[in-house]
Amino acid sequence: MLKRTDYLTKNYGKPDGWKLAAYEAAGGYRSARKALGMSKDAVIDEAKKAHVRGRGGAGFDCGVKWSFMPKESTKPHYLVINADEGEPGTFKDRTIMEQNPHSLIEGCIIGCYAIGAHACYIYVRDELHLSKERLWGAIAEAKAKGHLGARPFGKDYAVEIYVHTGAGAYICGEETALLNSLEGRRGEPRLKPPFPAQYGAFGCPSTVNNVETIAIMPTVFEIGGDAFSKLSELHGINDGGCRLFGVSGHVKNPGIFEAAVGLTLRELIFDLGGGVLDDRAIIGVIPGGSSCPIHKPDEIVDVAGDPRFEPYNGKSVLDLPLGVDTFRGIGSMLGTACAIVLSDAADPVLAYHNVMRFYRHESCGQCTPCREGMGWIERILDKIVAGTGTIEELDQLSDIANSVMGNTICAFGEGAAQPALAFVRRYRKELEDYVHNGGKNQTGTLTT
Amino acid sequence: MAFALSAERENELDQILSRYPNKMAACIPVLHLCQDANEGWVSADVIAFVAGRLELSTAQVKGVVTFYTLFNEEKPGKHQVWVCRTLSCALRGSEDILRHCEKKLGVKQGETTRDGKVTLRTAECLASCGTAPMMQVDKKYYENLSMTEVDRILDRLLYDGDA
Ligand SMILES: Cc1cc2nc3c(=O)[nH]c(=O)nc-3n(C[C@H](O)[C@H](O)[C@H](O)COP(=O)(O)O)c2cc1C
Ligand code: SF4
Ligand code: FES
Repeated sequence: MLKRTDYLTKNYGKPDGWKLAAYEAAGGYRSARKALGMSKDAVIDEAKKAHVRGRGGAGFDCGVKWSFMPKESTKPHYLVINADEGEPGTFKDRTIMEQNPHSLIEGCIIGCYAIGAHACYIYVRDELHLSKERLWGAIAEAKAKGHLGARPFGKDYAVEIYVHTGAGAYICGEETALLNSLEGRRGEPRLKPPFPAQYGAFGCPSTVNNVETIAIMPTVFEIGGDAFSKLSELHGINDGGCRLFGVSGHVKNPGIFEAAVGLTLRELIFDLGGGVLDDRAIIGVIPGGSSCPIHKPDEIVDVAGDPRFEPYNGKSVLDLPLGVDTFRGIGSMLGTACAIVLSDAADPVLAYHNVMRFYRHESCGQCTPCREGMGWIERILDKIVAGTGTIEELDQLSDIANSVMGNTICAFGEGAAQPALAFVRRYRKELEDYVHNGGKNQTGTLTT
Repeated sequence: MAFALSAERENELDQILSRYPNKMAACIPVLHLCQDANEGWVSADVIAFVAGRLELSTAQVKGVVTFYTLFNEEKPGKHQVWVCRTLSCALRGSEDILRHCEKKLGVKQGETTRDGKVTLRTAECLASCGTAPMMQVDKKYYENLSMTEVDRILDRLLYDGDA
């Protein structure tokens, strides 16, 4: 159900809306002050009540993740913010950093306190120069006001926040690659275990959180964890609060919209996104970044034997609330909740080719199935698009993707294999048309 | 001549070092600093300088440089243009933008104009998908591009030398 909120976005687009004065005028920094007056366990408990599912794509509960940090340890602890935003179709974290950077800074103070860290690194992809500038500006403002530094709000709990920068590599968004990159190494993912909570940045216990996950924490402490969770239609299945939803591609009004969890793709596309460009029909929707499977609008939700799905069974996938477990339940993924819409002007085979070229380009190359698999898939699609592919090769696409699944160091493998499988399954007819007729019955373009 | 930083940039380097528990962690930020000070690329001299300053082997620093796409191993043009070609931008016409840039600049993607003014590149998703198509010119984003806008931007780069 569409229920708009404006906790993160109320100052978006306002003159100087990203500055401390605007943030404090709207009640900013009261939550960090409050949290630093609570016990650490109470802070984690409050966060747990909010059921903030990780906004970086994997959907892990933030409060629970915080509770994994060791209570007693002699080593320093670190909070690391994942601001590498690079998942195709995803552009929400950038809006927070550019237009509401203090929400992230305040969230970092709360997060540091909860996990026993005194230092936080915000890992921003290099290209986001304005984001970095606004974050450094916010840090300076917060320090000058005494909200950050040796004694935030006069409390005896030092917090320092630093902006770190990458240098162009999608894989650095994967949390262990990001840690390697933060340490000054090649951004290659690490084998897990050990998990970051045991052995993270600089070999010390660390928590990696997405920008939005942390930026919403001040709201959680402002209105209370339970009240926050209950904003969501999916509160009952532990997917709480509100979040940023994005929509791009063939819609009239692409953008980022804040709403309660429970929003559906249909609402995102038609009510918020203004409907499909030129009022065309939809041929496919990717729910949250290109690592999620693409769906056709005529797909029907049918999950037997799970009471959570009773209200949705028999409905179109476009009417299923966008939640971590709702989408997982139908064998899909919510990812970053930034949807990409393809109208019938778009040729799905060309879209497939575009998506797989991205994954071939971005594989870090450590694992043979991923490195070679992506190369093979791209080469087969090159041939299919050129009209020289065979049915045999078309059949190999799923075999290759299946052999990547589960056989790699990091989740990039699945993130690339999922779309590879979803496109063949849903657009087999169009792919065959390329094999048999050189694609002459397809639009041959991606644009309207 | 061996690579060296200006006093101001040396100061910046010290500031960067102060943020981390060890020197190695400064590797990427320091490489950016040096690349900016070296006409946009990381030469063997720069690698030696960074290795010396951070107490790393040159092989380690080189390994980092080759991993990341934004470190240039050759000198780029005075300005760098990246056209995003990932799905959301492609659905909004990035292919046409790229072809237009190639034609107007007289180079293929990855190449630099003969006068050394502009290097044309493609980029993967730059977190601007809602304002597609888009391109990055040096440190600035240009979004919701039309062909006229692209022309205006390229003209400024080619003739005024400024974005
Ligand atoms: C290939 C790959 C790329 C990723 N890119 C990002 C990213 O750009 N931003 C992000 O927050 N998480 C990204 N993630 C997810 C992170 O590994 C991690 O789950 C997340 O940062 C945890 O934060 P959260 O629990 O607050 O969501 C990526 C994961 C993979 C496998
Ligand atoms: S799965 Fe791919 S991206 Fe991840 S570590 Fe292996 S090769 Fe690298
Ligand atoms: S696809 Fe171009 S900015 Fe995301």
